[in-house]
Amino acid sequence: MKGTLILALLSLWNRRGTALLTACSIALSVALLWGVLQVRDGARSGFAATVSGVDLIVGPRTGPLNLLLYSIFQAGEPTSSVSRASFELVARHPDVAWALPLSLGDSHRGFRVLGTTPDYFLHYRHGRRQVLLFAEGRAFAAHGELVIGATVARVLGYQPGTEAVLAHGLGEGSFAEHEETFRVVGVLAPTGTPLDRLVMADLDDLAHLHGAEQSTSLTAFLVGMKERPALLTMQRALNDYRGEALTAIIPGVALSDLWRLVGVADRAMLALSFCVLLAGLVGMTSTLLAALSERRRELAILRSVGARPLNLLGLLMLEAGALSLVGALMGLLTGRLLVAAFAAELEARLGILLEPALLDSTSAAILCGVTAAGLLAGLLPGLAAYRRSLADGLSMRT
Amino acid sequence: MDGPAIEISKLRFGWKSGECLLAIDGFAVGRGERVFLHGPSGSGKSSLLGLVGGVLMPQAGEIRVLGQAWGELPASRRDRFRGDHIGFLFQQFNLLPYLGLIDNVLLPVRYSKLRRQRCGTAPEAEARRLLAALGLAGKALLSRPVAELSVGQQQRAAAARALLGRPELVVADEPTSALDEESRDAFLSLLMQQCGESGATLLFVSHERRLAAGFDRTVSLSQMQAAEAGTVQS
Repeated sequence: MKGTLILALLSLWNRRGTALLTACSIALSVALLWGVLQVRDGARSGFAATVSGVDLIVGPRTGPLNLLLYSIFQAGEPTSSVSRASFELVARHPDVAWALPLSLGDSHRGFRVLGTTPDYFLHYRHGRRQVLLFAEGRAFAAHGELVIGATVARVLGYQPGTEAVLAHGLGEGSFAEHEETFRVVGVLAPTGTPLDRLVMADLDDLAHLHGAEQSTSLTAFLVGMKERPALLTMQRALNDYRGEALTAIIPGVALSDLWRLVGVADRAMLALSFCVLLAGLVGMTSTLLAALSERRRELAILRSVGARPLNLLGLLMLEAGALSLVGALMGLLTGRLLVAAFAAELEARLGILLEPALLDSTSAAILCGVTAAGLLAGLLPGLAAYRRSLADGLSMRT
Repeated sequence: MDGPAIEISKLRFGWKSGECLLAIDGFAVGRGERVFLHGPSGSGKSSLLGLVGGVLMPQAGEIRVLGQAWGELPASRRDRFRGDHIGFLFQQFNLLPYLGLIDNVLLPVRYSKLRRQRCGTAPEAEARRLLAALGLAGKALLSRPVAELSVGQQQRAAAARALLGRPELVVADEPTSALDEESRDAFLSLLMQQCGESGATLLFVSHERRLAAGFDRTVSLSQMQAAEAGTVQS
């Protein structure tokens, strides 16, 4: 066994050109599989971290997913609103640390406008409890000031000082009943969350746009508690509140419900990368099979010095196993190098958090699995060598 | 394990059913005998060597090597018996390009315990001794990649391998056909001498009749063949 392994390695080294190419094809498929697994985990935790540090999202009586979608992801339409009075009541509650009003309904050149208060930039967290950072400028403070997300700045080419006309209603080119010119004072750093696509202004400032002194109704509001234990009591109290029909949800719970819906895509990706790995192994098998006809002499020599057909089967299997092991190691290394190079970019642009450990159980499982699969795949050329050595005997016909 | 080195009786062999390439009613090679087997190419020499080596099985008849009939052994035992008792030597390219000269010569002891035991305590020393006896010595030569050796040197290394661990039978299939005249004669005399020293029986196959001079006996394949050989039976 040990002798056969050494022979296998030396023989592979003798054909190192094709062997390296074969190992590379395995390496690429392993890198892809590992990458997909990483991105999957990263996307899940990134998704769960779309909003963090917020204990409760409170909106009108509606479904939890619906409330989450329009308050955090700015997807879909709120069907009704929450009164300012309820918000004030919660905000003044002794257990509540802070409360942020959210008012949606306006848009600017296709991007939604969020009306809130400057406190938003103090309390809102995303990712691993990261605070919102300004790439340029500052938070809005006075009348007619705007803060924009990173994507908005990139797409529209806005920077602090740019003047923007806000219109009532959603969607590009919506009828501008009320128009007012605002000025951009801050651009947020990329977060990889829907926040990047928001235009933010003061709640009451936007109310002026609609001809009101102060906003009287809100789309929803976010609540941070002083003590976590009070959270469930508060949630129950809000859901049972008689003054107004409210829904209070815990973001983490709602987010994982939502992930269960959108997670189908990543299972498809995973299946696909397993197929790529399979293709890599099939490629290796066919390369080894094709090389057999050039190696007839080698096999005949081994046979003539006493190697049994089973030894040849073992030789080919060990070759395939060694190629797969080397390929898997190369693939895992490549994957890590790629992640090291692009992790920051992925997190900023797509909100995917990648933080691979040097040797995690996933890598170990891939390493063992791919090597075992490779050994098994070597059965095919191994059996071919076995059969051929029986048929060829010791003759050196080439 | 007694009896002649090779004993063939009533052998019939063909690659396809109905074909009869070889038909040998009786043929024997005694222990220690050096036999030159002559036959033109395509006459079934390689098949005969496959049959003698127990790699091919005849349709009828029996082949005994050192008294053991191949047909009585299961395939795995045949492999072991062959590895233990027969050394092979082929036309050319006998060496594995990825092994050094010494490791190439040592290949049989990887697979045969018996031949390793017969090498004594140090198979590598035995390999060096055989190589030196066949005119291959010197650190520079032994450490050179085998592909860089001349054909004559490669064939001598192959001969050393066939003789390592003193197998009772050495089967050589046109081992000199790739050599020029001068190295051919030198090779042949070295091979004969070493076979004599280790007491091995030598079955040497070639189409070049003029090489037969130093052998104990010359046999022609066509003389050995019974009348029905080469015909296709319906």
